Amino acid sequence: MQTPAPVGYAKATSVSDALALLKKHGEDSRIVAGGHSLIPMMRLRIAAPEALIDINDVAELKGISIEGNEIVIGAMVRHAEVLSSPILAEHYAIFREAEKLIADPIVRNRGTIGGSMCQADPSEDLSAVGAALKGSVVIQSASGSRTVALRDFHEGPYMTKVAQTEILTQVRFPIRPGAGSAYEKVERRVGDWPVASAGTYVVVSNGVVADCGIGLTAVGAEHFCAPEAEAFLIGKEPTEENLSAAAQLAADACNPFSDQRGPADYKKHLAHELTLRALRRSAAASQGA
Amino acid sequence: MTAVEEVPLSPAGNPIGFGSMKRVEDARFVRGQGNYVDDVNLPGMLHSAILRSPHAHARIVSIDKSAAEALPGVVLVITGEMLAGVPRPSLLGDNFAWMPTLSYDTQAVLATDKVRFQGQEVAFVIAESKYIARDALELIDVEYDVLDAVMDAKKAMDPDAPVIRDDKGQTDNSITDVHGNQSWESGNAEATAAAIAAAEADPNCVVVTEQILYPRVHPAPMETCGSVAELNPVTGQLTLYTTSQAPHAHRTVYAMVAGLPEQKIRVISPDIGGGFGNKVGVYPGYVLSIVGSLLTGKPVKWMEDRSENLMSTSFARDYHMKATIAATKEGKILAVDVDVLADHGAFNGVAQPTNYPAGFFHIFSGSYDYPNAHCKVTPVYTNKAPGGVAYACSFRITEAAYVIERVVDCLAAELQMDPAELRLKNLIASDKFPYMSPTGWEYDSGEYEKTMRLAMEIAGYDELRREQAEKRAKGEYMGIGISFFTEGVGAGPRKTMDILGLGMADGIELRVHPTGKAVLRLSVQSQGQAHETTFAQIVSHELGIPPEDIDVVHGDTDQTPFGLGTYGSRSTPVSGAAASVVARKVRERAKIVAAAALECSPDDLEWELGRWYVKGDKERGKTIQEIALLSHSALELPEGIEGHLDATAVYNPPNLTYPYGCYICVVDVDVLTGQVKVRRFIAVDDCGVRINPMIVEGQVHGGLADGIGMALMELIAFDEDGNCLGGSFMDYLLPTAMECPDYELGETVTPSPHHPIGAKGVGESATVGSPAAVVNAVIDAISPFGVRHADMPLTPANVWRAVQGRPMRTDMAVE
Ligand SMILES: Cc1cc2nc3c(=O)[nH]c(=O)nc-3n(C[C@H](O)[C@H](O)[C@H](O)COP(=O)(O)OP(=O)(O)OC[C@H]3O[C@@H](n4cnc5c(N)ncnc54)[C@H](O)[C@@H]3O)c2cc1C
Repeated sequence: MQTPAPVGYAKATSVSDALALLKKHGEDSRIVAGGHSLIPMMRLRIAAPEALIDINDVAELKGISIEGNEIVIGAMVRHAEVLSSPILAEHYAIFREAEKLIADPIVRNRGTIGGSMCQADPSEDLSAVGAALKGSVVIQSASGSRTVALRDFHEGPYMTKVAQTEILTQVRFPIRPGAGSAYEKVERRVGDWPVASAGTYVVVSNGVVADCGIGLTAVGAEHFCAPEAEAFLIGKEPTEENLSAAAQLAADACNPFSDQRGPADYKKHLAHELTLRALRRSAAASQGA
Repeated sequence: MTAVEEVPLSPAGNPIGFGSMKRVEDARFVRGQGNYVDDVNLPGMLHSAILRSPHAHARIVSIDKSAAEALPGVVLVITGEMLAGVPRPSLLGDNFAWMPTLSYDTQAVLATDKVRFQGQEVAFVIAESKYIARDALELIDVEYDVLDAVMDAKKAMDPDAPVIRDDKGQTDNSITDVHGNQSWESGNAEATAAAIAAAEADPNCVVVTEQILYPRVHPAPMETCGSVAELNPVTGQLTLYTTSQAPHAHRTVYAMVAGLPEQKIRVISPDIGGGFGNKVGVYPGYVLSIVGSLLTGKPVKWMEDRSENLMSTSFARDYHMKATIAATKEGKILAVDVDVLADHGAFNGVAQPTNYPAGFFHIFSGSYDYPNAHCKVTPVYTNKAPGGVAYACSFRITEAAYVIERVVDCLAAELQMDPAELRLKNLIASDKFPYMSPTGWEYDSGEYEKTMRLAMEIAGYDELRREQAEKRAKGEYMGIGISFFTEGVGAGPRKTMDILGLGMADGIELRVHPTGKAVLRLSVQSQGQAHETTFAQIVSHELGIPPEDIDVVHGDTDQTPFGLGTYGSRSTPVSGAAASVVARKVRERAKIVAAAALECSPDDLEWELGRWYVKGDKERGKTIQEIALLSHSALELPEGIEGHLDATAVYNPPNLTYPYGCYICVVDVDVLTGQVKVRRFIAVDDCGVRINPMIVEGQVHGGLADGIGMALMELIAFDEDGNCLGGSFMDYLLPTAMECPDYELGETVTPSPHHPIGAKGVGESATVGSPAAVVNAVIDAISPFGVRHADMPLTPANVWRAVQGRPMRTDMAVE
C-alpha cells in the first residue's frame, strides 16, 4: 500500500462554501473531485496538499443540460455520466467514443470532467475533445465568474487558468446542427493513457466543409488543437486527399516527445493517421452516411 | 473435453479421486476471508518502511537520520553501518549488513559502501504506524556521490565499464559461479559448430541466425512481498509470517543468515496472493523485519508497496540470445546453437539448482529430433535489481522455449515453408520416447504429432491460412503463430539437484483419524494453485476417502515436514507423487489391519476404491473408514505391527516430468497504427494425467494471459541514467480480460511413466509456451513487409516500427 503524507480534509456544501474553505485552508489546499488523478499523486507523494476541499456533494456542480444553443456540463459530472448521456449522444458522438476509451469503469465512475480539465495532463483525452469542439469553461472566484475558451485555458502541462482560490464550475459546448464527430485513440492496453488521440467534428454543407474542429492529445499539440488544418479544410470538399492533407498539417504542428508509450516519430505518424480517421468518420456522419 | 475416467461421487458431490470439483480454498477467498501476511497483526506490533536509493550507482557519502529519529512515533532507524555492527554467529559471514543469495553470491541487506541499483535498500525505519514510518523516510538525508551506471548489458564487459562489485574485489562485471565458471555451456560445441559450418558450405542447406531478446519482466503478484517477524526475547523463538513460496527452504536460509538455531525458527506462509517465482528468494526486507524485532524486542511488520515490488524484487528473463539454426532445404533441422548474454543485475540472486546456473535453459533444443545442439550463457552484473529466475519460467525454460520457437519460425520464413509443416517434419516421434536430447535431458513420454494435429484441427489451420491469403490480397493483415514447447519440471532428482545444498526431495505426512477422516501435511506452498483441493483428490484417489474428508495443511514449518517449496511447476511432480506414495503406505497398513479383522491373510485381500475385500468373496470386506477405527481398537494385530494408519514419506523424483503442448494464436494487426488484436488462442496441453481438469484449465488460462502480457506489453526497461521505467502499474502494463480472447483449450493425455499417478506439472506450461505463439503470429501478420523478427513487447509503437523496417530495442528507454 502506498501511503500519502498527512493531509487535512473539509467537505464543501456549495460553491461559495468551497471557495471560503479554499481561502481558510490557505495556499496549499486543493479541490478534490473524483480524486483519480490527485489521490494517486498523493500516494506516490508527488503531491502533498495540506488540505483537501471535497466538492463531491456540491449539487450545483452536477448535471448535464442545454442552455440556449449550448450544452452545459457541471464540473462534478463523472466520466460515466458523460459516456451515457443521451443529450451528449444526440449532439456529439465524440463524447461517447472518447469516454469509452478513457481509463476503465472504476475510474470512470469517479473521475469528473472538471477534474480532467483542471488536471491538464498533456495526455488528457477530454482536453482533446474540449479543444476539438471549441468549448469553454466557467471559472468562479469569490468576486464573480468568468468564461474562458478551452483553447485558451491551458498554460502548459498541468497548468491552467484556474487559480488556487478559484473553482471550475462548468464546461460548455456550442451545439452545431449537422455536425458529425468522432474520436480515435491508440493505447497500449485497455485503460491506459493514450499514446496519441485525435477527435474531430465536421459540418459538411453543400458538399464542402463549412465548419470543423480538430483536437489532439499526447502529441504536443499547442492548446490541444490544430487551427491551420481546420482553416485548410474550410470550403473544401471532404475528399480523402483533402482530409489527408489537413491531417498532415495537424501532424506537422505537433511536437511529441519519446517515452515508453512510443517514440516521437511514431506519435507524429499517429497524429496524422488518427486525425485522418476521425475526419473521415466525422465528414461521413455529417453527410448522413 | 476430459480424458478422466468416471469416478464415483462423494456425499458432497465431489469426485472420489480425479475429476473437476470446485476449489476448496475459494470459499474463503471469494468471501474476503483469506488471511494474508498483511492481515497478520500481533499485539504491540511495530511497522516499518525502507528508504531506497534514487540512483542506480552511487557511493554513499553520509547518512543523517537525526531528523527522522526525532519524529514522534519513530522507534528506530537502522542503517547499513549499524547492521555491520550487529554480530551474527553464522556460517556465512559475521554481520547482518550482507546476506547470501540463493546463488552463492552476496547481497547488501542495507547498503554500506555503495548503492548498486535504483530502489536498493538504504535505511530501515521502524515506527508505531506505517504512515509515520513512511513520513520519516523523507527526513533521512543521504548524501550520494553519483557514479556512472552500467545499464546496457551489452556494455557491461567493456574495458571502461564502471565496476559494480568492487566490494568483492572485482575488476570487471563478470559473474563467477560457485564452481568457478564465468560462463555456462551445455551440449556439444564442436559437433554443433561443425554441423553449422557444413550446412553453410552445402548448397542444399540453409543457416539462419537471429538476435532475440527476452526482455526483463516482472512477476507482479497481486500481493506484494512482506513479513511479520516476532523474535521472542525470552525464549529466543523466531516466528516469521512471510510471503514465501518455499517456507522450509527459507527457514534453513534464516538459520544460516541469522545464525539462529533452526528448531527455534517457525516460518508461516499464510495465504499467498500470487507468487510466480517472485516469492522464492529471500529479500532484505524480510531480514530487516527480523533484525528489527531483535533490536526492538517487538514484532515488526514490513510490507512493500507496488513500486517497491516492481523495482526491487526478483525480476525475470533479461536474456540477450543469438540463435543459429542449420537445416536442409527440405526442412530437416541439423543443429542449433545459442549464445546468451544474461543480465543478472547487481547481485547474482538467481534461484535455481546449484548445478544449473542458467537454470534449465539448455532444454532449448525443444521438441525436435536433431543431433547437435549447444548453448553458452555468459552472465554479467549490471546496475539493475537482482533476481532472475522468476515469473512462471520453469527455471528459464520460458527463454528456452521462446528462442527455439522463434528461430524455427525464422527458418520457416527463410525456407518459405509453412511453419506447421516445418514443425511436423522435425517433432520427436512417439516411438523415440524416452528420448535423450542433445543437451542431456531424458524426455519421459510424448505423442507430439497427435497433440499438434489436434491443435491444428481445433484452429481450423488450413482454413485460417486461406483466410489470411484472401485478407492479404485486400491489404488486411492477420497472422497465425504456432508454438510447440516441451518443459522439464519437477526438480528434482536429489543426486543432481539442490538449492544451497538442500536436495530437492519433498517430505509428506498423512494422518488418518479414527473416524476415517484424514489430514495431509505438505511442504509445498500454494500461491493460487489450489493445493488444498488437488492434494486431497490425490489421497482420495488412492484411499477412496471423499476429498471433503481430507484436510490439507501447508505453509507452516512447525506443522509440516521439510520440502523445497512450490516453483518450477514442481508441486504435482514431486509433492503430488509424495502424496500418492504416502497414501499407498497407508493403504498397505490398512491391508494388514483389515486382514486381522477379517481373519485372513493380507495376501488374500484385494483393493477396490475405498475398501479391502477377500478375493472371491466381495461381500466380505472393510472400508477404509472401518479400518481406520479398527486400527485404534482392541483388535489384535500381527507381531511387529504398531497400529494406527498414519504414515510419512519422502519423495525423491527419479527424473523430471516433461509436459508439452501446442499453441496456436491468431492475431489481426492494424499496420497503420501497429495495434494487435489477439483474435483466437488455441492451447492443447499434455500434462499427463489431470487430477482436477478444471484447475488445470484455470492454470492454463492464467498462463496464457501472462504470455499475452509479455508478448505485447510487459516490460521493465531502464534509461541510461539508471531509472527504472516500469516502476508502477501505469508503466508496467498487465493484460486485462479485454486483451485476452476466449481461450480454446484441448488436451491429450500421455502419462508420465515414472510418476506414481502419471501426472506432470502444468503451472507454467502456458507461460512458457504462449509468448512465442503470440510473437510468431504478429511477425507472420507483418511478414509481407519483410519483417522476420522484432523483440517483445510488441507494443503498437514497436509493431509500427517493425513494419517500417526499424524494430525497437526494447530493453532501453524508447528513443
Ligand atoms: C488508472 C487510470 C487511468 C486513467 N486513464 C485515463 C485516460 O486514458 N485518459 C484520460 O484522459 N484520463 C485518464 N485518467 C484520469 C482520469 O480521467 C481522472 O479522473 C481525471 O483526469 C481527473 O478527474 P478527477 O475528478 O478524478 O480529478 P481529481 O483527481 O479530483 O483532481 C485533479 C486536479 O484537478 C483539480 N480539480 C478537480 N476539480 C476541480 C474543480 N472543479 N475546480 C478546480 N480544480 C479542480 C484538483 O485540485 C486536482 O488538482 C486515468 C486515471 C486513472 C487512475
